[in-house]
Amino acid sequence: MTVIASPRSFGRILLGVILIGVFLSLACAPFLFPGTRALDTAARICVFIAFVASYDLLLGYAGIVSFAHTIFFGFGAYGVAITSAQMGRSFEALGLGAVLGVMGAVALAAVIGLFSLRVRAIFFAMITLAVASAAAVLVSQMSALTGGEDGLTFQIPKGLTSAAIYASEPVFGVRLTGKIANYYVIFAVSLGLIALMLRIVNAPFGRVLQAIRENEFRAEAIGYRVVGYRVAVTCLSAAFAAMAGALYAIWLRYVGPDTVLSFGIMIDVLIMTVIGGMGTIYGAVIGTVLFMLARSYLQDVMGSLGAVVPDYPVLAALLNPDRWQLWIGVLFVLSIYFFPNGIVGRLRGGGPKPR
Amino acid sequence: MTEGAAPAPVHTLPIRVGLVQRIGEWAPYLLVPCVIVAGLLVMAMQAALPPDQWLIPALFGGPFWLDLPSAMLGVLASWTTLTLAGLAMGMMIFLMASGLTLVFGLMDVVNFGHGAFISVGAFVGVSAMLALSAWTGAPSLSLNLAAVGLSAAAAMGVAGGLGLVFERVIVRPVYGAHLKQILVTVGGLIIVEQLIQMVWGPDEIFLARPHALKGSIVFHGVALETYRLLAVAVGLAVLTSLLVLLRWTKIGLIVRAGVENGEMVEAMGYRLRRVFVLVFVAGSALAGLGGILWALYQETITASMGGDLMVLVFIVIIIGGLGSVEGCFIGALLVGLMQNYTAFLEPKLALVSNIGLMVVILMWRPQGMMPAAKGR
Repeated sequence: MTVIASPRSFGRILLGVILIGVFLSLACAPFLFPGTRALDTAARICVFIAFVASYDLLLGYAGIVSFAHTIFFGFGAYGVAITSAQMGRSFEALGLGAVLGVMGAVALAAVIGLFSLRVRAIFFAMITLAVASAAAVLVSQMSALTGGEDGLTFQIPKGLTSAAIYASEPVFGVRLTGKIANYYVIFAVSLGLIALMLRIVNAPFGRVLQAIRENEFRAEAIGYRVVGYRVAVTCLSAAFAAMAGALYAIWLRYVGPDTVLSFGIMIDVLIMTVIGGMGTIYGAVIGTVLFMLARSYLQDVMGSLGAVVPDYPVLAALLNPDRWQLWIGVLFVLSIYFFPNGIVGRLRGGGPKPR
Repeated sequence: MTEGAAPAPVHTLPIRVGLVQRIGEWAPYLLVPCVIVAGLLVMAMQAALPPDQWLIPALFGGPFWLDLPSAMLGVLASWTTLTLAGLAMGMMIFLMASGLTLVFGLMDVVNFGHGAFISVGAFVGVSAMLALSAWTGAPSLSLNLAAVGLSAAAAMGVAGGLGLVFERVIVRPVYGAHLKQILVTVGGLIIVEQLIQMVWGPDEIFLARPHALKGSIVFHGVALETYRLLAVAVGLAVLTSLLVLLRWTKIGLIVRAGVENGEMVEAMGYRLRRVFVLVFVAGSALAGLGGILWALYQETITASMGGDLMVLVFIVIIIGGLGSVEGCFIGALLVGLMQNYTAFLEPKLALVSNIGLMVVILMWRPQGMMPAAKGR
């Protein structure tokens, strides 16, 4: 292969190619990858790209480490679930639930932000960790409203389920059911959210956030209200996370503490953000796709590798398919050491380093 | 501080400390008995007894528990049990949190992977206990205690060793960068949890306490669980030795000075980084001890127990004030007591009540009750 440009711009071109590839595969997912499991993976990828990008807004652009982001995700998801369960299946219920969820998330984010963003980053991280686990406990206790540990199963409008058929003939060998319509709703909304977030971070607002991240005192000295900006970005990212949560609930038609509020999800999101690249938004796309594919297919690869080395018990145990998180964890730590800007930062080359 | 009429010409400004200030210094210590008494009051109120049935005899009578109606005796009995449980839990959390708070104070390093040492200590200790099952099953107190002691030593040793590796591999490359520290130590926690699942399997392990630590001592009709007494004793012993070590030895002096002003200590020629490694390892070992004690308390262990306990540990070190052993101790007792009283009164709110406690204390003292790390 001949290098036609400097490595730096080559990386940028590669990044562009990857992003376009991801976009096209997600846009054509129902036709390219038939089968319910593939469609499910694609929908989860769409939802988590939006969720991870909203976390990147917080972590990458504002330098705020929060472990409470799942609460906002949960607000959106439970908002949709509770309104649908109370009002019956209708688009109004979905819309109202999403709006209520977003409003609740923003209100809570404002409270958390005003109370605790004045303290240092470490304190904030610890406080959010405690608040997140308390929220998960509360949700599983208020079983009258939230269904408790079992969660809520609810119905969505028929037009979004596989009961609805939109074309009598299959298109490219795929029957156009409501399930596919549902997928495209999720795809379109996620795309809109990503576009909006890109707009926000490339606006002056995003530059101020980066300035605060790089040097809080200097930003304050120039005349920006640091706390105000931090609260604002916390509220914004809470709103985006709640929207992603609403989409997730619509896709799954179920919410439960383990699916939307668990600490494990928070850790997954953290890993996706960091591996993809903090402070880039595009990193959310690449990190999420990699992580989701790894979750689905790394286990198969490890299983077949483990079958090759049954004579070495330690190696076989390390390659046990259940241990895929171990390798993700190792990758996570290594990427913080060697690629602090993640895959996207690496491909772009240079750029500002997050602290 | 009422002084005599002795003239003091050297002092132009009389140094008089106001009452509020003097109480304020001791307020954190007073908070523990306050919470204990508040717990009794709330429990009595919940039992819906008018206070004259017990308050007046309690204030004016001698051995007032003899005159109390039997319902009140029941409240007193459960209050005593809960208080002991809260103190025991507080002691265990203190063991887990003390190392973390010192590590932070000394090097401004926060270790979100501290929970890994708790889990590892618990798993190693439980394995040792299972290996010593001949001793733990024997109806002899000394053999049982020897088994517990040996497994605690094993837990501390392995957790300390892991701490050494953790410090070298995970923490050292990211000194001075908080965001990276948080991320990398979370990564370390994931890796250690997965390794535990690899070695011990993904399922939870159940264990039985040694024979002599199972029952309870009945004292004036109040059942005091033996194991909780042991936990309180161990916690007090560790606290005392830590305080003695910090107060009266040279290494303790260096640690305290390092917490207060690290640059100055380094300027005097001490390699604070070596001291830091020592503290990190000791803190990991203490977390391992806390882990095995917690495992014996709950009688079941999972790989994620350390991560779950970190929530309480963080609350404790936040309300105690980062870098302070005493603050950490008081914070741990408050959290343990609060958790047990609330769990008795309204089980749903146990964790929420501790968050409330944290919010109240942070509003009172934003740096925590007795912060030791100054100017950070």
